Amino acid sequence: MNSYRPSRSSLLMAPALAWLTALMVVPCALVLALAFFRRGIYGGIEYSFTLENFGLVLDPLYAGIFLNSARIAGTATLIAVVIGYAAAYAIAAAPRRWQPVFLFFAVLPFWSNYLIRTYAWIVLLNREGLITQLLRWFGYTGEPPSMLYTEGAVIAGLVYNYLPFVILACYAPLSRLNPELAEASRDLGASAMTTFRRVILPLTVPGIAAGAVFVFVLSIGNFVTPALLGGGRFQMIGNLVYDQFLTANDWPFGAALAMALIAIMLLVLTAQALAADRAAGRIAQAKGGADD
Amino acid sequence: MTERSPATRRTLWLVLSLVFAFLYIPIAVLVALSFNQGGLPTVWSGFSLKWYASLAGNAAILSAALNTLIVALVSTAIATLLGTLLAIGVEMRRQYGSGLEALIFAPMIIPDIVLAVALLSFFSMLDFTLGLHTIILAHVVFNLAFVCSVVRARLKSFDWSIVEASADLGASAVTTFRRVTLPVILPAVVAGALLAFTLSVDEFIIAFFTAGAGRASTTLPMQIYSMIRFGITPEINALATIVMAVSITALTLSQRLNRGVIGQ
Repeated sequence: MNSYRPSRSSLLMAPALAWLTALMVVPCALVLALAFFRRGIYGGIEYSFTLENFGLVLDPLYAGIFLNSARIAGTATLIAVVIGYAAAYAIAAAPRRWQPVFLFFAVLPFWSNYLIRTYAWIVLLNREGLITQLLRWFGYTGEPPSMLYTEGAVIAGLVYNYLPFVILACYAPLSRLNPELAEASRDLGASAMTTFRRVILPLTVPGIAAGAVFVFVLSIGNFVTPALLGGGRFQMIGNLVYDQFLTANDWPFGAALAMALIAIMLLVLTAQALAADRAAGRIAQAKGGADD
Repeated sequence: MTERSPATRRTLWLVLSLVFAFLYIPIAVLVALSFNQGGLPTVWSGFSLKWYASLAGNAAILSAALNTLIVALVSTAIATLLGTLLAIGVEMRRQYGSGLEALIFAPMIIPDIVLAVALLSFFSMLDFTLGLHTIILAHVVFNLAFVCSVVRARLKSFDWSIVEASADLGASAVTTFRRVTLPVILPAVVAGALLAFTLSVDEFIIAFFTAGAGRASTTLPMQIYSMIRFGITPEINALATIVMAVSITALTLSQRLNRGVIGQ
């Protein structure tokens, strides 16, 4: 009875897959290929094979920008995971019927305009912004603090923009947690802290990993936040790629940078898959132990 | 999780309040300042709608808004059709190849800047003239992936045997789709379309790279970006408030139609 299905399902999938192939797979393959060519004298592309562009990625100047981006993205990820996990925990502990409402409002900002959410921080952090005015209101009379165009502003913007996703990712495993596990741990004499560290935390690792990967990947390739909140003073990989394509006109090098970005993304995703696998193994083990 | 001490409960409520304050204060300040009378973008000096009025007279913003609407509507229409068919095709087969999954998942995770430069290289290699049509081609890529994931979630629990039953009873494939499959997935299709629409309205980087030079294909986010670069003004606050209101309305609608769409 299934005989007609495979051909029909292929037919249904074909237009979308063709679109994705033509406008995502082929262009990405093209950029990969571009990374192996030379930059022409006048900014065009010279079609002779080279590995120079990848060598340039490892040049101390650019490697420094990579490390810098990784540090900024890593810090933002850490802060977002701590705040997001606490928020998800609090939502999962709220009365059942309120949980979907809290979750909806926690995630809502995430789907609104990224530029505008970043711009809101310029309004807050600029020299005459809300924070300066609050300080004045409390009696502060000195120079307004310069908060905008700092690394802290970039990190705050990244945390603000991606926090909702961490809340969402951590909420899923927290809401599925069997309350009897925590109770059993307490009954056996573990403190609340030990119960959290040894029981709750390990079981919710997949959520944390998913949230962390998302924040890190989107932060390290970010272009808008460093440009607006860093005032162009904090180059990240995304800005570097932008410059190569739109101002420096060195497309092969820009392509190599973009591929490095993809490589980092794949690396992080693989690490996440491994972490999730190990956690799944632990959960299976815990269940097996309970059945004995 | 059962009984908690009052102190723990207070701490949890405090955490929730602080997180929501962190998420909503920046937006609230922006919205409040859009109604500010004075020319200073951050100092309150009385209620006024004049910045909204000045938007209505700004030809550049109006043309950018029209461009955004065209891109969002056309790319959503194409993405909804392709994404829905893709979802049905994948779920009908129920054999999930990891390559196929990766291909469908990729547009949602790939950094915007990478897709943007890839498409720019691709279009310029083909000697394509850049413009609104190239933005539309690009936006369909990620929009269809989002529509597909929303519709697939709905189809996970779908009983395909009723499709077979319909065919056995002599209904054509089109009739079966219209009378059996579509009614089940329609809320998800509409929710996916609304999600795609907001994503397209808000998308900046890919549009920026695939729009080409010139005013003719400037979209609203591109316009907002260049305005922000020139400095903060109450006019941007007003524009931001309108764009945000449109997104939030579409998303709330989407959520009501298909519970949990935002959680995908």
